[in-house]
Amino acid sequence: METIKEKRKKLTGSKAMIQALEQEMNRDSNIFIMGEDIGKYGGIFGSTTGLYDKFGSDRIMDTPISETGFIGASVGAAAEGLRPVVELMFADFHGVVMDQIYNHIAKIHYMSGGNVKLPIVLMTAVGGGYSDAAQHSQTLYASFGHLPGLKVVAPTFPHDIKGMLITAIRDDNPVIFMFHKTLQGLGWMDQIDASLGPVPEEAYTIPLDKANIVREGKDVTIVGVQMMTVEALKAAEKLAEQGIDAEVIDLRSIKPIDKETILTSIAKTNRLVVVDEDYYSYGITAEISAIVASEGFKDLKAPIVRLAIPDVPIPYSRVMEKFVIPNADNIIDSVKKLVKI
Amino acid sequence: MKHIYENHLLWVYRAMKTSRYFEEKMEKVYLEGKQPVFNIGAGPVPGEMHLSNGQEPAAASMIVHLTKNDTVTATHRPHHQAIAKGVDLKKMTAEIYGKKTGLGKGKGGHMHLFDPKVKFSCGGIVGGGIPHAVGAALANKKRGTDWVAVSFIGEGAANTGAFHESMNLAALWNLPFILVVENNSWGISVSMKNSTSVSSNDIRAKAYGINGYLVKDNDPLEMYRISKEAVERAREGKGPSIIEIETYRYLGHFQGDPELYRPKEEVPILREKDPIERLKNHLLRENIITDDKIKNLEDKIFNEVDNAYDFAIHSEYPEPEEALEDVFC
Ligand SMILES: Cc1ncc(C[n+]2csc(CCOP(=O)(O)OP(=O)(O)O)c2C)c(N)n1
Repeated sequence: METIKEKRKKLTGSKAMIQALEQEMNRDSNIFIMGEDIGKYGGIFGSTTGLYDKFGSDRIMDTPISETGFIGASVGAAAEGLRPVVELMFADFHGVVMDQIYNHIAKIHYMSGGNVKLPIVLMTAVGGGYSDAAQHSQTLYASFGHLPGLKVVAPTFPHDIKGMLITAIRDDNPVIFMFHKTLQGLGWMDQIDASLGPVPEEAYTIPLDKANIVREGKDVTIVGVQMMTVEALKAAEKLAEQGIDAEVIDLRSIKPIDKETILTSIAKTNRLVVVDEDYYSYGITAEISAIVASEGFKDLKAPIVRLAIPDVPIPYSRVMEKFVIPNADNIIDSVKKLVKI
Repeated sequence: MKHIYENHLLWVYRAMKTSRYFEEKMEKVYLEGKQPVFNIGAGPVPGEMHLSNGQEPAAASMIVHLTKNDTVTATHRPHHQAIAKGVDLKKMTAEIYGKKTGLGKGKGGHMHLFDPKVKFSCGGIVGGGIPHAVGAALANKKRGTDWVAVSFIGEGAANTGAFHESMNLAALWNLPFILVVENNSWGISVSMKNSTSVSSNDIRAKAYGINGYLVKDNDPLEMYRISKEAVERAREGKGPSIIEIETYRYLGHFQGDPELYRPKEEVPILREKDPIERLKNHLLRENIITDDKIKNLEDKIFNEVDNAYDFAIHSEYPEPEEALEDVFC
């Protein structure tokens, strides 16, 4: 039985973010946050709620819709020794500022021979499933993961969200911190259990390069990220009822990717399903399949299964959107076929 | 001449009223399946919903000067421009309902309406539509037509790179292009004062060496007059303009917006000056239309909108597999 006190320590994803930001801002006065609607509004996805009242407009800065400007400005500010945390509401909107990200933020440390450090955290919301259509539902994990010079993380559970955000802020490299809308625990979206979880009050760190085994099993390995981890866990529970014991890995970190955890798991289960809420081609499913095919080939007893969005933009209409985003049922079907091989 | 003017004002009234009635209905429909607990993904119309109640003059009083050969690009808040531009209302409503019979077969939704028959498009990325209209204006000029292209944006979008790059291009190439800035004072929660270094965006026209106009207080008649001048200039090859209109956002940024950032007294004051009511009073006062006839007109409007909703509601949903179609031609 949970005591009331323990229950209180449960936070939603968004509250975990706020706590991380607040504690870090108290610790280091060089940290400031800028972005659209992060002030009085508190972030469209609740990532900065209350911080404006605590820290004021000097450290919690609402910006105009001038993304190349303010995300580009984070480079100069970081090079001067500040530690900017920048939010850009939806991952989809990064199209307008990709030059600053892939030609500047990602490359300056390298091009300067390590002489310029850019401790920038770029926070952004990802994910679909609520009919926000093609320009507001993408995850784009792989688009960011593709670029050398960026660390890219996408934690699932509140505990990891807080710990990884703190690590990201303390890291001297640019980090893209992706949070999933449905995992923020917002009152106006789908309510799911995974968006609420125990979070220690004190500040703590979680590495940015380690996947996490969230369910141990011996028959098949399912690798997911964010909502696909949640779907994988749902699938694993149902599979267990049918006598199939699935191991579920929550990737957490897109770049660097934790090969070791994945390869070790496959050495045990010999079967792999990768599930991704991003596009199929050139994505996480392809990357992980390639890693396993080249470094864990001998451990595979069956072909790898890749579940991802089938290379179409995310459609608006609910029936079609549900069809393109992988879910627990798809995972169950694939695993059942796979274990027969 | 007077006859044309009067007919135009009646047209503007009709367009504004159609949009208002359409959106008041949408406001209710959107909440279906979202009560008592609001869930953005639930109900017959899921996803974000940005309504334009209060902003109708910006669209109607400009588009009255356009034909179906002229291009319009709009934003995430597109219904009032779409309706004025003559987008197929049935198909538009069906699209918002996610139906197979919609403009985009249910793939686009409310922020992504495309009706090439009347050269209308819109999108969910702020500033994204501005260069598209510049390109349409370029095509018009290359082909030697007198067609124009108009891009509608919010004042928040005037701070994007796309705005400044597009304005420079349009001015440099002397294109038949007009940018309408619907200044509703808010970009989500950020006020114009906190987002923009100048007091209004017509001022910025100077930086590109083009004409800038400011329409005060959401006035449909003044918007009509100024839009006429800007469109005529564009048709005559005299180049682009920026028109900023001070307009009103009656509702939240999107439906469900708690609006904690905005003073409670703001909207009631705006609603008292409702531009549709103002135009109606003008039409009656000037004997442009009688009470009876305006009621008739309104009945027609209500009917047309109700029919569009019926069409949408009774249309079929797409098959799930249709998601895989239309990526390429
Ligand atoms: C490139 C980009 N950045 C941010 C957003 C999120 N966003 C959607 S609407 C909006 C405010 C737009 O304000 P304004 O241009 O004034 O139009 P209004 O909503 O008032 O009609 C913002 C920031 C977006 N859709 N696209």
